[in-house]
Amino acid sequence: MKIIALVLSGFFLAALAPLFPRYGRKASGWLIALLPLAQFLYLTSFIRPIAAGQNFIFSLSWAPSLGINLSFHVDGLGLLFAMMISGIGALIIIYAGGYLAEHHHLGRFYAYLLMFMGSMLGLVLADNVITLFVFWELTSISSYLLIGFDHERPEARAAALQALLVTGGGGLALMAGLLLLAQVGGSLELSVLLSEGDAVRSHSLYLPILLLVLAGAFTKSAQFPFYFWLPSAMEAPTPVSAYLHSATMVKAGIYLMARLSPVLGGTESWQYALSITGAVTMLAGAALALFQTDLKRILAYSTVSVLGALTLLIGIDTSASIKAAIVFLVAHSLYKGALFLIAGAVDHETGTRDITKLSGLRRAMPITAIAAGLAALSMAGLPPLFGFISKELLYEAEIHAPRTAILIAGVGIIANIFLVALAGIVGIRPFFGKARTTPRKPHEAPLSLWFGPLILAGLGLVFGLLPHIVDSTLIAPAVSAVRAELTSVSLALWHGLNLVLLLSVMTLAVGVGLYLAPGLLRNLASRYERLPDVGPARWYELALIGLDRVARMQTRLLQSGYLRFYLLMILATVIGLTGYTFLTRGWLPRPMGISNVLAYEVIIAALVLMAALAAVQARARLTAVAALGVVGYGIALLYVMFGAPDLAMTQFLIESLTVILLVLVLYHLPRFATLSPARSRARDVLVAGATGALMTGLVLVATSVKFHPPISEYYAENSVVKAHGRNIVNVILVDFRGLDTLGEITVLALAGIGAYALLKLRLEKGGNNR
Amino acid sequence: MTSLILQTAARFLMPLLLLFSIFLLLRGHNSPGGGFVGGLMSAAAFALYALAFDAESARRLLWIEPRQLIAAGLLLAFGSGLFSVFRQQPFMTAQWRYLTLPAAGPVDLSTVLMFDAGVYLVVVGVTLMIILSLAEE
Repeated sequence: MKIIALVLSGFFLAALAPLFPRYGRKASGWLIALLPLAQFLYLTSFIRPIAAGQNFIFSLSWAPSLGINLSFHVDGLGLLFAMMISGIGALIIIYAGGYLAEHHHLGRFYAYLLMFMGSMLGLVLADNVITLFVFWELTSISSYLLIGFDHERPEARAAALQALLVTGGGGLALMAGLLLLAQVGGSLELSVLLSEGDAVRSHSLYLPILLLVLAGAFTKSAQFPFYFWLPSAMEAPTPVSAYLHSATMVKAGIYLMARLSPVLGGTESWQYALSITGAVTMLAGAALALFQTDLKRILAYSTVSVLGALTLLIGIDTSASIKAAIVFLVAHSLYKGALFLIAGAVDHETGTRDITKLSGLRRAMPITAIAAGLAALSMAGLPPLFGFISKELLYEAEIHAPRTAILIAGVGIIANIFLVALAGIVGIRPFFGKARTTPRKPHEAPLSLWFGPLILAGLGLVFGLLPHIVDSTLIAPAVSAVRAELTSVSLALWHGLNLVLLLSVMTLAVGVGLYLAPGLLRNLASRYERLPDVGPARWYELALIGLDRVARMQTRLLQSGYLRFYLLMILATVIGLTGYTFLTRGWLPRPMGISNVLAYEVIIAALVLMAALAAVQARARLTAVAALGVVGYGIALLYVMFGAPDLAMTQFLIESLTVILLVLVLYHLPRFATLSPARSRARDVLVAGATGALMTGLVLVATSVKFHPPISEYYAENSVVKAHGRNIVNVILVDFRGLDTLGEITVLALAGIGAYALLKLRLEKGGNNR
Repeated sequence: MTSLILQTAARFLMPLLLLFSIFLLLRGHNSPGGGFVGGLMSAAAFALYALAFDAESARRLLWIEPRQLIAAGLLLAFGSGLFSVFRQQPFMTAQWRYLTLPAAGPVDLSTVLMFDAGVYLVVVGVTLMIILSLAEE
């Protein structure tokens, strides 16, 4: 229960968050941050038992007949992610309080951020795949709201939509993959599925499952060729970029791959798919970052590169590579989160994020400069920072990869050389050298803006100096969860004089050289400025344009704007599809006895028929309406006779209200005239006649063809026993099939709002020409 | 169109029709009736009033905006399903309470009735939203 409270508390506070800034703008961030802080502290209580090999499962039945439960599973991997989400979340919220202090929608921002945090916690702790999928989609939706937070800017809206379409599309594929996986593995619970690896891998559906799941993971974690949404998402306010687009959400795909690697991993297709995609993404991200001049975009592309490296490491699929991946994950969240926040602080204090305009800020912003330096050194992989340990492990895993180790290591080294240069560009260059004039005169950021980055960057140093704080407590349980076997991890700064150290030194030397040759990079940047125009971002644009075209074409084809035409289309479709089935199945209406028909039944039927004919023949609208009313009342009478008082009552009222509605509408219609030519009238007769014949046939057949035993007996037997009601119709509506009714009234409400909108729209235009 | 007879009749019929609509709602679980019919009945009552007088006075009599009725109804219907969730049962499992009031005798309260009341409100809201805006044009 406590875990469910942990996950849902974010959503509850999100509902209240908009109130906070109203009663204390300054303190609001610090106050709201208490929730993630409390979550973080609560999570620390799991460290010891989980490190000792325990697992925790919490379950609340949701739709038990479908096997869907709101269930959560805390193990090493989930705990590590959850702690990063809540810990960094607290710092981000404090930061947001300072960064958006002047923003008039600060409260809304907190709400979105808390909603995202709750979704992310749910995602990494979910045990049921449906629960996982729901939270997965919630992160996409809250990310959409956060990227488009400055909704008045069209670029922000476009970027938000792009992220939603790309990750949402992947989400759909993921759902299909997870459902197939659950079917093959025989359970919706991950904790069960994880032990079904052999059965899943040897199943014929393995490849489709793998591809669908990877489509979800790759879009979410910005892998090639889907990476383009991540740089675009930099339109979001900086706290969002730091939190969602470097530390947490983009790692959801990595999490998913790591989580499912005991089930899906270990095959050649897994290793190839992940290694190749990861390697290409790693190289492309690092290279593209060099062409950027905007601080945040540089960081975004370098994040893409790191996400590629993490995918590659999971794809190498050895104990060493998973260890490296987990350590890299932590190190990257710390330094990249810090660097993003610093970029935001610099932007906030100087008014620009252009690296060609930033220099020598260390005097004006000393604390920020310290944090930036620490984070940059960790990113570059210098001892004694945590980034160094992670890079050593990365190289170690790459050179010992079971396949094409030389190629993988080569790509890894090139990407890392770029990352070293980038670390200098974002973390060192803005703070050293000669001070330049910036749009705003720089001064040190307020406490809330340097608090987070300093803690994150400082942790990079602490973990680097004292790696045993985390290795057996957090890293080892996470690695054990991914490898599905107990693995011990012991991290150290010094690994001895070996090949890995040599590679590290070489990487640093070339990287620093690249950094110190500014002309080279500047030239590259200016020459290939238009590079993104030919890449996957362009494919995305083309796909959207194509979709628009198709939509326009089919709209022209189907949407004439005339109600009568729609009616015709709907009826024709029904006749076509149902009639086809009707004929191919060879159903024949069974001749029914007509012996027990009573005289007044015949009279009512005749009345209904005559009224229908009169409605068609009528020369005035009011006559037609009245005649239709007779048809309706006649049918209601039949209901009364055949023992359906509920239906009859409803029918009477509906008929009365319909007549009222039509009378109100009549007033606005032009004079009655026969406008349609004889040919289209003949067509209408044909369609109407066919529809009537089909429905009659269906009713007659329905009484003779039985696929399943009728359910009415069940309702009759259980209505009083289980639902305490004697009116079966009502019991079905509100209890047995209450969910359907809930859906129906929702549709009714939407239809009503639609009609209302149409009426008001026409009123505003002041014309009633159509 | 103003008719004194219709207006007088509408004024007298109004409370009766509304009472009857609530009667339909309450008895629905055991005898013919229910939220849908009850809602239609109440909407018909207001429509009659709008025909006898005008849409403006019907709206005033209704006192609440139809679209707020829709929202309230949806919330009520959805909320009725949540009670069971807090008792660790699937969403929309019916919950019953059997009370015996000192004056009124035994009363059975249920989330099912609450759900039906939600249906009632949505039906009233949607029907009146359309009819009243059409009548106002």
